[in-house]
Amino acid sequence: MKQRIVVIGNGMVGHSFLEKLIASEGFENFEVTVFGEEPRKAYDRVYLSSYFSGKTAEDLSLVKPGLYEENGIQLYLKDKVIEIDRTQKTITSESGQKISYDKLILATGSYPFVPPITGNDREGCLVYRTIEDLEAIKAAATNGKTGVVVGGGLLGLEAAKALKDLGLDTHVVEFAPRLMPAQLDEGGAGLLKRKIENLGVHVHVSKATQEITEGENCLNKMVFSDGESLETDIVLFSAGIRPRDDLAKQVKLAVGPRGGVEINDQCLTSDPNIYAIGECALHNGMIYGLVAPGYAMAQSVVDQLNLTPAHFEGADMSTKLKLMGVDVGSIGDPHGNDESALSYVYENGPEEVYKKIVVSSDGQTLLGAVLVGDAEDFSNLLQIMLNDITLPEHPDSLILPNRDGSGSDLFGPDALPETAQLCSCYDVSKGDIIQAVEAGCCTVSDVKASTQAGTGCGGCVQLVTNVLNNELEKRGVEVNTDLCEHFSHTRQELFHICQVEGINTFEDLIQKHGRGHGCDICKQTTGNIFASLWNSYALEPDKIPLQDTNDNYLGNMQKDGTYSVIPRVPGGEITPQKLIVLGLIATKYKLYTKVNGGQRIVLFGAQMNDLPAIWKELIDAGFESGQAYAKALRTVKSCVGSTWCRYGLDDSVTMAIDMENRYKGLRSPHKIKMGVSGCTRECAEAQAKDIGLISTEEGWNLYVCGNGGMKPRHADLFATKLTQEEVFRYVDRLLMFYIKTADRLQRTASWMDNLEGGLPYLQEVVIQDSLGIGESLEAQMKGLRETYECDWKRAIVSPSFTKRFRSFVNVDDKAEQLFVQERGQIRPATEQDKLDGIAVQVKEIA
Amino acid sequence: MSEFKKVCQLSDLVSNSGVAALIEAQQVALFYVENEVFALSNYDPIGQANVMSRGMVGDIKGELMVASPLQKQHYSLKTGVCLDDEAISIPTFETKIENQSVWVKL
Ligand code: SRM
Ligand SMILES: Cc1cc2nc3c(=O)[nH]c(=O)nc-3n(C[C@H](O)[C@H](O)[C@H](O)COP(=O)(O)OP(=O)(O)OC[C@H]3O[C@@H](n4cnc5c(N)ncnc54)[C@H](O)[C@@H]3O)c2cc1C
Ligand code: SF4
Ligand code: FES
Repeated sequence: MKQRIVVIGNGMVGHSFLEKLIASEGFENFEVTVFGEEPRKAYDRVYLSSYFSGKTAEDLSLVKPGLYEENGIQLYLKDKVIEIDRTQKTITSESGQKISYDKLILATGSYPFVPPITGNDREGCLVYRTIEDLEAIKAAATNGKTGVVVGGGLLGLEAAKALKDLGLDTHVVEFAPRLMPAQLDEGGAGLLKRKIENLGVHVHVSKATQEITEGENCLNKMVFSDGESLETDIVLFSAGIRPRDDLAKQVKLAVGPRGGVEINDQCLTSDPNIYAIGECALHNGMIYGLVAPGYAMAQSVVDQLNLTPAHFEGADMSTKLKLMGVDVGSIGDPHGNDESALSYVYENGPEEVYKKIVVSSDGQTLLGAVLVGDAEDFSNLLQIMLNDITLPEHPDSLILPNRDGSGSDLFGPDALPETAQLCSCYDVSKGDIIQAVEAGCCTVSDVKASTQAGTGCGGCVQLVTNVLNNELEKRGVEVNTDLCEHFSHTRQELFHICQVEGINTFEDLIQKHGRGHGCDICKQTTGNIFASLWNSYALEPDKIPLQDTNDNYLGNMQKDGTYSVIPRVPGGEITPQKLIVLGLIATKYKLYTKVNGGQRIVLFGAQMNDLPAIWKELIDAGFESGQAYAKALRTVKSCVGSTWCRYGLDDSVTMAIDMENRYKGLRSPHKIKMGVSGCTRECAEAQAKDIGLISTEEGWNLYVCGNGGMKPRHADLFATKLTQEEVFRYVDRLLMFYIKTADRLQRTASWMDNLEGGLPYLQEVVIQDSLGIGESLEAQMKGLRETYECDWKRAIVSPSFTKRFRSFVNVDDKAEQLFVQERGQIRPATEQDKLDGIAVQVKEIA
Repeated sequence: MSEFKKVCQLSDLVSNSGVAALIEAQQVALFYVENEVFALSNYDPIGQANVMSRGMVGDIKGELMVASPLQKQHYSLKTGVCLDDEAISIPTFETKIENQSVWVKL
C-alpha cells in the first residue's frame, strides 16, 4: 500500500519538495496530493519583480509543463486547506475535499506584515508577495503619480525599484535609523542611502507612520509621529513577513511566541506525522526568509521519507544582491555582536565603495562582512567564513583594493574544500562541480544545465566559473577565451585595441598583437570589427582576405556555389513598379524567386559573374543591397499599421522604414533584426526581434534582445511610452554598446543574458546613462550612419572591384553551372541529377 | 606527362586570397600567400561544388590552409589534405612564378 502524502501549499518550497520527491528513489511508494491557495502552480517569487519588466506568469512558472500530471500528483489549485484533523489524519479544503494522509507537509509560506496603523486598509494600500499583488500595483500605478514603500529592508528596496520603474515618484520610509537594518551596519547603510537617493528615490529613516488618511492632492496622506506628512497614491507595505501558522495553531501544534510552526532538526512539528518546511517553519527560533534554507528543509524531508536519515542544521543568511543597481553584500554577523571581535573598514568616498569585515579577536576567523558599492569580494569572503579558512596575517588585505594586480588570489578555488557550497540556491558544492566536469561538462552552460548551479539568483556564477576553469585546467583542458590560435584576445579586446590604436589592417593587427597567418575565424572577426569601427569596405584589396565568401561576393553562397540576391525592401513596403523590375530581372537571368521570411524577395541561383550586371539593373531601378550576406541590420519587419488597419495606433510602416534607413549597413557582431507593430496584436512579431517596437496610446514600447532562430527568446520590455526621438536615442546607444562589448557571433539575446546585471544593467547604461557614455555611443553611431554607402553601388562603378566576379582569372568563359527545372523555376542540380542527365545549363532553359 | 602552362599575371591575383582559373577544361583554384602561389582543384569534395577558390586562407598550427566556403573544413594548401578528416583530400598541382607570370602544371 502506498504511503499517502499531502502537501499544503504549492509555493517555491512546496514545489521544490515535490521535485525532489519525484526524483527520489522511492517515489513510486508514494501517493501525493497537493493543495495550493493561489490560482496558479508554483512560480518564482524571487524574480517576482521581473513581472514588471515584461516577464509573464508563464515565464515565472517553476513547474515544467506536465511534471505533476505525468507523475500522478494530484494538484488542487485555488483550493485552500481549512482544517486538519490530527486524530483521523485527514485534511479538509475549502471546496470540500476531505483527504487522508499518512504524512502531512506544511509549506504554507508567509504573508506580508501590515503594521496596525489606522487607515492601512485604504484604497491604494498594497503589499508585494504574489502575482495578483503585482497586478494590483500596476493598476494603481496607472492613475497615480507617487508611491511610498513602508520598510527599507531587502524587499522594500526591491519594491521601491518596481515603483520607480512604473514611473512613480518614489519614497522609502524606514522605521529604523538606517536602511537594511538586519544586514548592514551604519556606514554601509549610509552609503547605500546616498546611492539610492542619487537615483531619484527619496529615503526617510527613523520615521514611524501614525496613520493614513485621505490626501488632498493624492489618494492618501501618511502622517508620521514627528508631525510631518507625505501625500501619496500608493502605500506599499514591506515591513517584514509573518509565517502562515494559522492551521497549525488551530490544531495546537507548537508555535513560536512570535509565530512560526516549530520544527526540530528533522523538520518535524510537535506531531510526528506532520512536517513543516519553508517560510512557515520556525527552526531554533529562526524563520528563514530565503529560498535556499527552505530547499534544504525540503531535501531533508524527502530523504527521511525515503528512509535515509537526514537533518536540517540551519542555514547561512548571507546575501548578495543588486539593489537598484547598487551592489550590496552582507555576510555572517556584520554588526560584530561579539564584543572582543575586531573590525576593519575600507571606505572610498569618490568611488562610493564601503567594505567592512569583522574577525575574531585572535584575527584567525572571519565572522562577518558588509560590502556596498562593490561586492566583488563576496564569494571569496563567504567561502572563507563558511569553510573556516584561516585568515592571512593582515586580514584587511581581503578588502583593500589591489591596484598593482598582485597576489589577489589569496583564496583561489584550490583553497576550498570539496564540501564547500558554491551555489546556495541549489545547494551545489565544489564536489558536485568536479563531478560534472568528470562527466564531461566543459562550459559554464554545461555545468548550469547539469547541476542547476547559478540558475537561481545568479550570485554564484563567478565563483562557479572560477572553480570550473580551475578544474578544467587541472585536467589539461586549455581554458582560454582566445579568439583562435592566432590571437590571445577576445573579440571585445580586439575591438578596443583597434579602436584605441586606430588599427585598420589585418597585417598591422597580427604583427602587433597576434602571430602566424591568421585563419577564417580571426580574419572574419577582424574584418567585421573594421567595418563596425571604420565602415571599411569589403572589396578593398586588403579587406578581401578578411571576408567570408558571403561578404566577399556581397551575396550568400548557396549549396551549388551560386549566390542569392536580396535587395533591401525597407519595412516590407514595395511599389508595384519595383515588383515588376524584380520580376523582369528574375526572368532575364532565370533566377529562382521566393518571398522570404524577412518580408522581402529573394532571387536565388545567380552565378558569380552575373552578379554585377544583376545589381546594376537593380540599382538603376532604385534598389539597394539588403545586406542579407552581412553581420549587419537585416530587415525591419512591419505590420500595415494605422494607415490602413482599423486597430492601428501609429504608423508602423513609416516607423519601420525610418528605422531601417537609420541602421542599414551597420556592421555588428551578429545579424540584427527588428520589427514594428501598430498595436499590441503584434502582427509584425516585434517581440521576436533584436529590437521591437509596439505602438500604444501613449507612444512606442521598446522591446530588446529577442530572437527567433535556433534558440527562440522573447524580447524584454525595455522602456515604454517613447517618442520616435527617444527610440532612436535608446536604440543608438544599445546597439553601439552591443557592438563594443559582444562576443563574436553573439546575437543580442545571448549577449544580454550573459551581461552581468542583465536587463536592469542595460537599462541603467542606456536610459540612465550610468556609465556616462551615452553621448559618445550616439556620436559613434552617427559617424557610421553618415558614412553609409550601399555595398553594391560602390562595387559596380569600379572595374577593379567587378573584376573579382569573373568566373576565371585567365579566360572569359562562364563557369558551367547546372540546374533542374521544378514548378516552373530552376533549382540546383544534384550529383544524381547530373548522372540522370536531367541537369541543364541556364541558357538551355526556355 | 603534362607541362607547365602560363595562366595569368601575378598582378591578377589578390594577396592572401584566391581566384579560379580554367586550365584545359579543368577548374583550378589559385591562392597567393607569402609570395608563393598554390594550386588546388576548385572542387569541394564535401560540398560537391566548384567553390574552393572562394575560401579564406590562413594557417592552422603553422600549416597554410584554405577553408571551404561551404562547410568550413580546412585543407592544407601544400598537400590538399583535409585537416579535419585526413581521409579526404583535394588534388594539388605544381606552380611556379616566372617574370611576374604564374605557371601551373596539371
Ligand atoms: C532567405 C531566408 C529564408 C527564406 O527563404 O525565408 C533565410 C536564409 C538563410 N538564413 Fe535565415 N533566412 C531568412 C530569414 C530568417 C528568419 C526569419 C526572420 O528574419 O524573421 C530567422 C529567424 C529569426 C531570427 O533570426 O531571429 C532566420 C534565422 C537564421 C539563423 C539562426 C539565427 C539564430 O540566431 O539562431 C541562421 C544561422 C546564422 O545566422 O548563424 C540563418 C542563416 C541563414 C542563411 C544565411 C544560411 C546560409 O549561410 O546559407 C540562409 C541564406 C540566405 C541567403 O541565401 O540569402 N537564418 N532566418 C530568409 C531571409 C530573410 C532576409 O531577407 O534577410
Ligand atoms: C519580491 C520578493 C523577492 C524575493 N527575493 C528573494 C531572494 O532574492 N532570495 C531568496 O532567497 N528569497 C527571496 N524571497 C523570498 C522567497 O520568495 C521565499 O523565501 C519563498 O517563496 C518561500 O517559499 P515557501 O514555499 O515557504 O512560501 P511561498 O512561496 O509563499 O508558498 C506558500 C504557498 O502556500 C499557499 N498556502 C498558504 N496557506 C495555504 C493553505 N491553507 N492551503 C493551500 N495553500 C496555502 C500560499 O498561497 C503560497 O502559494 C523573495 C520574496 C519576494 C516576495
Ligand atoms: S499589429 Fe495591430 S495595427 Fe498592426 S496589422 Fe496587426 S492589428 Fe493592425
Ligand atoms: S547561489 Fe543563487 S544561483 Fe547559485
